[in-house]
Amino acid sequence: MAALVNVPPKAKRGAVVEIKALMSHIMEPGYRRTAAGELIPRDIITSFTCRLNGAEIFRADLFPAISANPFMSFFTIATESGKFEFEWIGDNGFVANAAANITVE
Amino acid sequence: MKRMANMSDISRRHVLQLAGSAALCGGLPIVTVRPAQATPAMLSSAIRNLVGEATVQQGKVKLDIPPLVENGNTVPMTVSVDHPMTETDYVKSIHVFNEKNPQPNIGNFYLTPRAGRAQVATRIRLADSQKVVAIAKLSDGSFWQTSADVIVTLAACTEEVP
Amino acid sequence: MRLCAAAFIFAALGALPVLAAEIPAADRRSGYSFMSSDSKAMQDDDTANPGMLAVLEGETLWQTKQGDAGKACADCHGDAATSMKGVAARYPAFDAALGRPVDLEQRINICRRDHQQASPFPNESHELLALATYVAQQSRGQPITTGDDSALAPFIAKGRELFMQRQGQLNLACTNCHDDNWDKHLAGSAVTQGQPTGYPIYRLEWQAMGSLQRRIRGCMTGVRAQAFDFGSPEMVALELYLMSRAHGMPLETPAVRP
Repeated sequence: MAALVNVPPKAKRGAVVEIKALMSHIMEPGYRRTAAGELIPRDIITSFTCRLNGAEIFRADLFPAISANPFMSFFTIATESGKFEFEWIGDNGFVANAAANITVE
Repeated sequence: MKRMANMSDISRRHVLQLAGSAALCGGLPIVTVRPAQATPAMLSSAIRNLVGEATVQQGKVKLDIPPLVENGNTVPMTVSVDHPMTETDYVKSIHVFNEKNPQPNIGNFYLTPRAGRAQVATRIRLADSQKVVAIAKLSDGSFWQTSADVIVTLAACTEEVP
Repeated sequence: MRLCAAAFIFAALGALPVLAAEIPAADRRSGYSFMSSDSKAMQDDDTANPGMLAVLEGETLWQTKQGDAGKACADCHGDAATSMKGVAARYPAFDAALGRPVDLEQRINICRRDHQQASPFPNESHELLALATYVAQQSRGQPITTGDDSALAPFIAKGRELFMQRQGQLNLACTNCHDDNWDKHLAGSAVTQGQPTGYPIYRLEWQAMGSLQRRIRGCMTGVRAQAFDFGSPEMVALELYLMSRAHGMPLETPAVRP
């Protein structure tokens, strides 16, 4: 399992910066069947959150229609230096985290 | 004369054979039973759950999705809303729905004024050619929407589930 | 509907030339060039290319001590950026001890057995694909040199023979599509030249990484042939021929393909 997060390491105060996040996950939709006809149970990420220094800046609810290895891109204004924390929560107790730092000048 | 007839037979067989190859390639996935599709009624109901009795206005929202996709399993999609992002007037959330997947919901995306730009991108699954709807909820409680029709071409040679 | 479309496409070709013509060097094209701009963009951006997840996972494995020997790949090979540069671009390579070519995945498993005293990773396992992707990514942009070793010549010839050989219930050879009709479409998809320039690839269809062998098996199933087993001499010979056929083309791993 791996997470790939991309935050510009440096930004000018007030600049709008793009944040991108990729997470390894099968996103099994719960509608597929095996060759033997058995339903493959749902196993997806249901929630993604990004916080900067503890304050939520972006959140998403994910459904089975999100592709495997979910990709998210969103924006934020560079207001303060600090730590972006990313959290993915899903079925079967799935929890994964990643972090990246930004310096705002 | 006889030889000509044979030639034409061979040529026809060749064409049929290649046509057959496409047929078999296209039909290969072992999971042939499709789950029940969502219906336009389920789509309306999912939208109603979000907006309640509010009117959904056309405009402001831009849905950037290829009109013809190479594979419905991984379709890149960007939604942006042409609206300011200030402390008192901003886009609160973006919601994406579809018409024919087993479920009408694709994703809900929650923004804050600190986003600076109301734009999100992700990759989605589309089980079939269908309409995708994006709705934005603004801080004043209004809803705005747009939609796009996507044609999904199936891969010629898919394979069984490993 | 799509069956009719495909039938029409091939019917329009009329009687197809039966003789295979190999693609001249100047006309060789990576599968990349057949893709939509969206898929190209996905491959080009390392912060959005899902294959980069496998690179990250492979990098972790490279550093992780494995097996009874308690050694990591890095303990012998050091920094992959230096030691693995150009390596994947020359695989499959001749193994003198075995007297036959081995592909990158087999080389990794031989290394595990001999030097790490670890059990082999199963074919197409997450770990094997991740490590192979990480190793191959070190050669990204390097020209493919597979086949320069003259010891490989008889095996390349065998692979070429398999490529040219009609097989399966549809009685089609690889060459019938990938040499003779690469500029056409099969249903909605480009046929392509079958140049193996980006393996392991992230295939949108699979929503996962997969090896060249998996891709070949998909094609073989498509023509209703009994697919060669993973790691079989036939499979490695076919991989070898395909890589030698792409000689000089730059490696793209991790490539994205529809």
